[in-house]
Amino acid sequence: MNRRLTIAFALLAAGALGALGARADVTVGVTLGATGPGASLGVHYKNAFQLMPKTLGGQPVKYIILEDGSDATNAGKNARKLISEDKVDVVMGSNGVPSSLQIAQVATETQTPFLCLTPIAVKPDQYKWTFSVPQPTELMMSAVAEHMKAHGVKTVGFIGFSDGWGDLMYTATESLAASHGYKVVTNERYARADTSVTGQVLKIIAANPDAVVVGGSGTGGALPHLALVEHGYKGQIYHNHGTVNAEFIKVGGKSVEGAIAPTGPLIVPEELPASNATRAVALDFTKRYEAAFGAGSRNAFAGYTHDAVMLLDAAIPAATKKAKPGTPEFRAALRDALENVKNVVGTHGVYNLTPANHNGLDERARVLVRVESGTWRLMK
Amino acid sequence: MNEDIFLWLIQDGVTNGAIYALLALALLLVFAVTRVIFVPQGEFITFSALSLALLEAGRTPGTLYILVIGGLAAAAMEAFVALRERAWRRLPRIAALYVLLPVAVAVLVAWAAPRKFDQWIQVLLVLAMVVPLGPILYRIAYQPLANASVLVLFIVSMAVHYVLTGLSLVFFGSEGLRSRPFWDAKFRLGVLEVSAQSICVVVASLVLILILWFLFEHSIYGKALRATAMNRVGARLVGIPTVLTGHLSFLLAALIGAVSGILIAPITTLYYDTGFLFGLKGFVGAILGGMGSYPLAALGSIAVGLLESFSSFWASAFKEVIVFTLIIPMLAWLSLRSRHVEEDEE
Repeated sequence: MNRRLTIAFALLAAGALGALGARADVTVGVTLGATGPGASLGVHYKNAFQLMPKTLGGQPVKYIILEDGSDATNAGKNARKLISEDKVDVVMGSNGVPSSLQIAQVATETQTPFLCLTPIAVKPDQYKWTFSVPQPTELMMSAVAEHMKAHGVKTVGFIGFSDGWGDLMYTATESLAASHGYKVVTNERYARADTSVTGQVLKIIAANPDAVVVGGSGTGGALPHLALVEHGYKGQIYHNHGTVNAEFIKVGGKSVEGAIAPTGPLIVPEELPASNATRAVALDFTKRYEAAFGAGSRNAFAGYTHDAVMLLDAAIPAATKKAKPGTPEFRAALRDALENVKNVVGTHGVYNLTPANHNGLDERARVLVRVESGTWRLMK
Repeated sequence: MNEDIFLWLIQDGVTNGAIYALLALALLLVFAVTRVIFVPQGEFITFSALSLALLEAGRTPGTLYILVIGGLAAAAMEAFVALRERAWRRLPRIAALYVLLPVAVAVLVAWAAPRKFDQWIQVLLVLAMVVPLGPILYRIAYQPLANASVLVLFIVSMAVHYVLTGLSLVFFGSEGLRSRPFWDAKFRLGVLEVSAQSICVVVASLVLILILWFLFEHSIYGKALRATAMNRVGARLVGIPTVLTGHLSFLLAALIGAVSGILIAPITTLYYDTGFLFGLKGFVGAILGGMGSYPLAALGSIAVGLLESFSSFWASAFKEVIVFTLIIPMLAWLSLRSRHVEEDEE
């Protein structure tokens, strides 16, 4: 009994010390899935934290990164743990829509600001504490829709993942249809781990659309593209911003030449005109990222981590004037400050947040890229 | 839906079904001989397919670390038993099988990787790396528990599966890989354009099935496997070493997995965790075949492949649902038909 008591006291003392130690710094809690089905995104989000500054807005900052295995339940648990045990001031995460929605729920409940690294469509009046860093899917896909309109595309075949990402892409493609004068004629689904998409592709070819939109991500986008080309489909094939990485081209080889996708400017900073607002930031970040993780490793996801941290950097000075980090007052002040940051230049675009708009990106945050002789090139 | 599409779907279904058939055979073999429901069967596919893709890119696949470390762990276990039983004479054999062989393969692969040899040499290297993993896995995870119940062995299988998937993520990364096709040729068959690669898959499956049949019917090892499958205690009584049959069945399972991986690598994009789903579909095939007969399991797997390809045409969003729902009526029928036998027969 005595021994147990000693242990309990020791633990208590350690906890108190730990809490005291954390008081002075701003603590950022992160949950990501660098393993599990979303690993190909999660790894990049996570890598970027190695390049993040140790002070934000003049405050020393501590990042606590937990692994959620791309599982929504774990992501929610991690968020809760970060908030209740580590007393974080702000939560970041995660790859995947379901995980992010879980965290948003926890953030609302515990009144903690949440910088979401996945594009989720939540209303600020409902999710007061959630800020979405990436471009909204509609913003991205509208670039594709405009390109289709300019090239007289009247019918569109859709094939996407049989998960939240596929749904998001389908909804975006469908919602832009009326305003851009096309009709979506198929809604085919496949899984990343599928061996073949012959059935789905045959159905698309039977419907004979002018263009096809693929709602996959990463190398997963290559499978339908290859199958379409193999079965003699001649129309334009569009992808989405989740597909834009070097591995996609490595897997797809010659067959994916000419694939078009929207993406953030940081994929092609070298080709941006000098007048582009994000060019300098994007160029600097991709240089540092590729120095650390190898040439060609640049990707949109690491950029979201960077931009989220930049938003914090902009908001923290205003919040520290009102309260000390580690307190509920600081969290509330940070939320208010985040809601009002203006002209924060990230790798993806220029952020102007308002109470009604918790994303704050505009058309400057997207470009169209095309696969030309084995790399993604900016479309002029 | 017209005739062309129908034929295309059949071709697609048979190609996939052939791979599932191979896996179903391996699962059935392992289950019959060792009573292990071998969940990690699919991992051999992942290992061999991704290793092949990495070798083609001139990189050293991480599989060889798994091989060497696994070999050392198995050697340590064997050596411990040998020392406890004071059976010194076993030590050289242990060192040769579990240390020298994996290290030799690893050195060879590390030497060959940057040199980008012909594809068939790379295939042999991959086989040399992946096939020994079978017996090593058996030695480490299953042999100490060889007499445990089916349920315990199943739980061990799940654990092994998670460990291997984790290692696979570490060594191969999270993005998918694809290897070059063996032959680029295509043949016209009426409206169909059949790729040489998919013919390869079907032919290789048939050949493997024939070899397995021959092995089981005509070789002394095959007969030992069959005897163990029928009655472990009886087999032991007539002098068949059940440890040996365990090793043998895992060796064959690894071989089948590795070959399937090499066959499928040029057809589809494989990820570090893709193998599991393959294994699962092979399992569905084996269950459709009644979990007892090799030809029926092969037929069941072809049926799974066909069902998959047709459901992906008609209702792609529900494809997996349709495939996996299939086992419920089958399981119900199997359990109604069979007498209940206590599984711990010893």
